[in-house]
Amino acid sequence: MTRQLITDTQNTWCPGCGNFSIQHTLKNVLAGMEVEGKSLDDVVLVSGIGCHAKIVDYLNVNTFYSIHGRAIPVATGIKLANPDLTVICCSGDGDSYAEGLDHLIFAAKRNIDITVLIHNNRVYGLTTGQYTPTSPLGFKGKSTPSGTAEYPLNPIELMLASGATYVARGYTRKMDHLKKLVLEGIAHKGFAFIDMLQICATFFPVTDYYSSRVYELSDHNRTDFESACTKAREWDYNSDTKIALGTFFERSLPSFDEKMGQHRIDAAERERAIQEFLLTRI
Amino acid sequence: MKDVSVLIGGKAGDGINSAGSLVAYLLNHIGYNIYLYFEYPSLIRGGHNFAIVRGSEKSIGTCWNEVDFLLALNQETIERHKDKCTRETVIISNADLVKAPGQGILVNEILKAENAPEIMRNSAIIGGFAKAAGIEWAVVTTVFQDHIPKGVDLNLKVAKRAYDQVGKVHPLMPGPNPPRTLLTGNEAIGLGLVTAGLDTYVSYPMTPSSSLLHFLAEQQEKFGITVVHPENEIAVILMALGCAYAGKRSAVGTSGGGFCLMTEGLSLAGMAELPIVLVVSQRTGPSTGLPTYTGQSDLRFILHAGQGEYPRLIVVPGDAQESVFWSAVAMNVAWKYQIPAFILADKTLSEGTYSVDAAAIPEIKKVDPFLWPGTGQYLRYADTPNGISPLAFPGTMGAVIKVNSYAHNESGITIEDADHVKQMTKKRMRKEEGLTREMQDYPCVTVSGNPDASTALLCWGSPKGVCNEIAVILGLRVVQPLVLSPFPLVQLQNAVRGVKRLIAVEENATGQFAALAEQYGIVPDEKILRYDGRPFSPDYLIEKISEIIL
Repeated sequence: MTRQLITDTQNTWCPGCGNFSIQHTLKNVLAGMEVEGKSLDDVVLVSGIGCHAKIVDYLNVNTFYSIHGRAIPVATGIKLANPDLTVICCSGDGDSYAEGLDHLIFAAKRNIDITVLIHNNRVYGLTTGQYTPTSPLGFKGKSTPSGTAEYPLNPIELMLASGATYVARGYTRKMDHLKKLVLEGIAHKGFAFIDMLQICATFFPVTDYYSSRVYELSDHNRTDFESACTKAREWDYNSDTKIALGTFFERSLPSFDEKMGQHRIDAAERERAIQEFLLTRI
Repeated sequence: MKDVSVLIGGKAGDGINSAGSLVAYLLNHIGYNIYLYFEYPSLIRGGHNFAIVRGSEKSIGTCWNEVDFLLALNQETIERHKDKCTRETVIISNADLVKAPGQGILVNEILKAENAPEIMRNSAIIGGFAKAAGIEWAVVTTVFQDHIPKGVDLNLKVAKRAYDQVGKVHPLMPGPNPPRTLLTGNEAIGLGLVTAGLDTYVSYPMTPSSSLLHFLAEQQEKFGITVVHPENEIAVILMALGCAYAGKRSAVGTSGGGFCLMTEGLSLAGMAELPIVLVVSQRTGPSTGLPTYTGQSDLRFILHAGQGEYPRLIVVPGDAQESVFWSAVAMNVAWKYQIPAFILADKTLSEGTYSVDAAAIPEIKKVDPFLWPGTGQYLRYADTPNGISPLAFPGTMGAVIKVNSYAHNESGITIEDADHVKQMTKKRMRKEEGLTREMQDYPCVTVSGNPDASTALLCWGSPKGVCNEIAVILGLRVVQPLVLSPFPLVQLQNAVRGVKRLIAVEENATGQFAALAEQYGIVPDEKILRYDGRPFSPDYLIEKISEIIL
């Protein structure tokens, strides 16, 4: 039985919001998984808080609507508890580049087998327009009316430095390409990171800017870390230059969930182990 | 009365804790109940560490000021603990480093004769103590063989030379017990959690909870659990909640400062109705405070932590035996009601070692939660008469499982309309009514000492040991609540019936439990408070009570 993938919940994103493309990309990815015979009962979608996070209300799969910045540790716990689940983690740029940056870095460092999709609109939308860690220098938001005094951080470079084993960038106006990246990220055994450029229709509507600068990576060796770093630095989320889309880096390493292993034993064996332990303390 | 106290002291890094344990096992093997108190400053090497091992024919959880044996690895031990010595105290010391009366052992000479490394010097002191206390050599052999991980034979040779040098100056009469299991409070908590089905323990190191992390990490394969140490306490609780969502019983452990970081996750557990056990072991606050010393000043914080309103269980065991039972209860209750459950401990309990009479612990097993029967549409937050919604976990055929930190409807989808918000708030709070009723079947308040006395000590957590001890001497009643939330009003009212003078005994500066009890109409007449990081001693408490009573 094919399930209806979109819930009846009324959608409250602004007209023109980049999140629609992401929702439909995920819907298509899930539909494809079902066609290939994978049970969607084994899929979990985790979100943080912000406009991006409404996606869990709209998609009819298992979801964990967590709190601001904390989607990644939740996703990590789910994967550790049941490595058979496919765990996809949607998070915002405010979520994972500001409030929960530590979790992003550590998830990459430990190579937990989850797919992290950052809805990077480079502005806080739901709190009505403040700068985020990827807003360009001088961004005028409600908390920085004279413009920000700090440079943005480059999440691609940050993820490479943190040990992420799959690092990519997509763009919501290139849905087929984005879908390809998401599929790769899910198929990747280990921590997959995809920075998804999307506009905020209300507070950072920069479609023309992105559309005129993005290009898809070709002739790029994704297994070469040095080339990945060079490519990652081409656009620093601030300067006015072309913007590469695609997979910057990929390598295969044992994942955290594999290495942590499972020491499951039955209740009788556990009871024996407890009794044996008690005897060592006499 | 067969009762003996042994103080062993030296520098940090001298292995005082393990030497104290060996002394404890020796006394255990001659039939005594054990309590071991370990005090150390927050540093790795140097500084003064000491352990007091007490053995008694009765059940104990405290140490008197005076000691019968003083085992000194350095001169500082003698100087610092002069006030604990009487004319009868037997001093056994390393004669190479210490000038003191009593039994000086020529440790270097012994080590040289056996070609033994310096690390074995404690064995010489312990050998000397065993002889002085009249403990048979066969007992020393058994204890060393069972509790020294490597180099047992050489340690025994070193100990034997000292044993032969010393006279039987203070022989102990054997006690009444067969040797019992010795557990720290943290180990007891861990065993209780494992008994009730713990799958995953997640923790970031923080004294005095760290030894629970170490214990469970060490035993994880044997007990069939996973132990994770993430980047910070925020990640700790969120990972644990992820595990719970996926159907795995998880617990976290920390102290006050780490718990500060967990409060947003706690509130998420309340709203999303995710079961979780939080072990919070108190130390002296505020802030960094005294990291390696004790206190009971976080009760108010634990009672109220986290935004919003939701039910929580708080258990406050007073010794290792109670810790095994109540930790298992906490896990089962967390899963039955899908709520956060706290085990509130303190440094004295967490790091103290106690004799446990395994046969006296009420039997407790893992209790399965209410599970979805698998028919009809699954609603994660189904509004049921008792407020408890049947659980299903990702991977269950035909169930879409949505948990949510936002206000939500029965299927877990975000809503903001007033009717739904009210309905779901009532559903969550209804669980507290059932929980309050269920806890009445548990022994949430114990009465000990003289149950008919009209003067009663009201205590919670580790001061139970000292209160019980002096209550017997002074003929007082002791009332000890073991559950603080939901407040065990009926049981507490029964426990204080006939009391004319109620004295709250707490290790904080304001009387936090006294104030809580007062809210429920149980008003302590006096408060005896200690807040210098040290646990009450019987001597200190008797003095304070005498000031009040006389």
